[in-house]
Amino acid sequence: MFQNIGEILLLLWRTFCALPQSFRQRKMIFEQLFEIGNRSLLMACILSLFIGGVVALQSGPVLAERGIASALGGLVGISLAKELSPVMMAILIAGRIGSAMAAEIGSMRVYQEVDALRTMNINPIHYLVLPRITAICIAMPLLVIFSMLVGWMGGGFVAVANHRIALTFQTFFSNLHDVVQLKDVANGLIKSLAFAFVIGTVSCHQGLTTIGGPRGIGRSVTKAVVNSIVLILILDYYITRVMLAFDND
Amino acid sequence: MTDAAPHSIQVRISGLRKSYGEQLVLKGIDFSVERGEIFVVMGPSGSGKSVLLRHIIGLEEPDQGDILFDGRSILQSEVARQYRLAMVFQSGALLNYLTVGQNVGLYLQEHRLRKPEEIDRIVTEKLDLLGLKGVKDKLPGELSGGMNKRVAIARALVIDPQLVLYDEPTSELDPLMTITIGEEILNLKARIHVTSIVVTHDRELAFGVADRLAIMDDGQILFVGTPDEVRRSQHPFIRRFLNADFKAKAISDLS
Repeated sequence: MFQNIGEILLLLWRTFCALPQSFRQRKMIFEQLFEIGNRSLLMACILSLFIGGVVALQSGPVLAERGIASALGGLVGISLAKELSPVMMAILIAGRIGSAMAAEIGSMRVYQEVDALRTMNINPIHYLVLPRITAICIAMPLLVIFSMLVGWMGGGFVAVANHRIALTFQTFFSNLHDVVQLKDVANGLIKSLAFAFVIGTVSCHQGLTTIGGPRGIGRSVTKAVVNSIVLILILDYYITRVMLAFDND
Repeated sequence: MTDAAPHSIQVRISGLRKSYGEQLVLKGIDFSVERGEIFVVMGPSGSGKSVLLRHIIGLEEPDQGDILFDGRSILQSEVARQYRLAMVFQSGALLNYLTVGQNVGLYLQEHRLRKPEEIDRIVTEKLDLLGLKGVKDKLPGELSGGMNKRVAIARALVIDPQLVLYDEPTSELDPLMTITIGEEILNLKARIHVTSIVVTHDRELAFGVADRLAIMDDGQILFVGTPDEVRRSQHPFIRRFLNADFKAKAISDLS
């Protein structure tokens, strides 16, 4: 396990060192950006709409019983901005894009395409890893902003439609506007950037270390997704602690 | 990479040993290949031929021994970078999401060695050279196995190599395509005098193209010589390997 962590950190460092090459790989970055961002929009929309809705559905009636239903907007707003949108989007992208990255690079490794690149003095980190990690780091915060907006809408719809909550759109969003500050959104975006690095690096690392044919590719894909999600949840806890420490200062 | 370097190189392998865990795969390999020579390494599957090629191209590091190009050890990466090497992989190893043209021009494009229109011209020229007209915009998945192998050779040629390594270039190919690939290897020698090392267990190809042959088994070189010398060898393994034939009659008698 420690060897894996060391290799992942080394890969991340080498990718950082290769960042000046990003412009040269802009075409591949755009292709990846389209794949990660555009093609995930529908899933992100559905997921976020229902998460916002379910948060409102669970907490709205409880708040209404205590006569503070008007605080629902802030509650939905904060929980989505600081926690749910970054984590759920990260899990979605780990499953959808991390698995694809591990499978694609893994099959390139198994079928000697990565070796072919090396024999042409083309660094696989520059050619394969850098565009993917750069694209995921651009796409994730954008997807999280999109998720927050859609999730807030979902919460708003439920707050209006549910007779036990029975808020107006205006009350819901006015409270959300009062409670949610820019730093809360920034908090979520910082998390999403960290998660993007985790998904990109873990998935590319799994792809590049794939051995053993189709079964090996399958194993790499599973490990990429599972390891990414576990790391995302662990990292989420620690980033939250750091952020709370800053909030308290 | 220096343009001043001569167009083919001399290769010497000295005491090369490699093990993976407990398994010793190369047990002290020694041979040399002269400039412009086609040197064939022949042996059964699992004898360590492909591992040997991976060492020469720099994809693996030996546990012991040395690899010298023109007398200089290439185990220091800065020396290796001064030579233009190309390898034709057993699977072709073309990038499936790139077109044939993009695959062939990849080296020039990634290293920014030529303008796009010039790359296009060179790619067309190399594909024509290998009889691959009209496939530039196709994906590798749309081509036959033999065509993919020829595209892989075209990609190797774009590097303008001083040494070309072929890893089982005719595996999975029919006899006619085997001859075509063999002729391409000979044509390249005639045209650009490149040094070639071919790893194969295909006897027809080996004796058809080799200037000299090495017979390899169980991580060791058993014999090095011209095709005639190999044919005359009385080494029991070489006799068995060269005379191996499918005994259909014996099997039908048994049944």
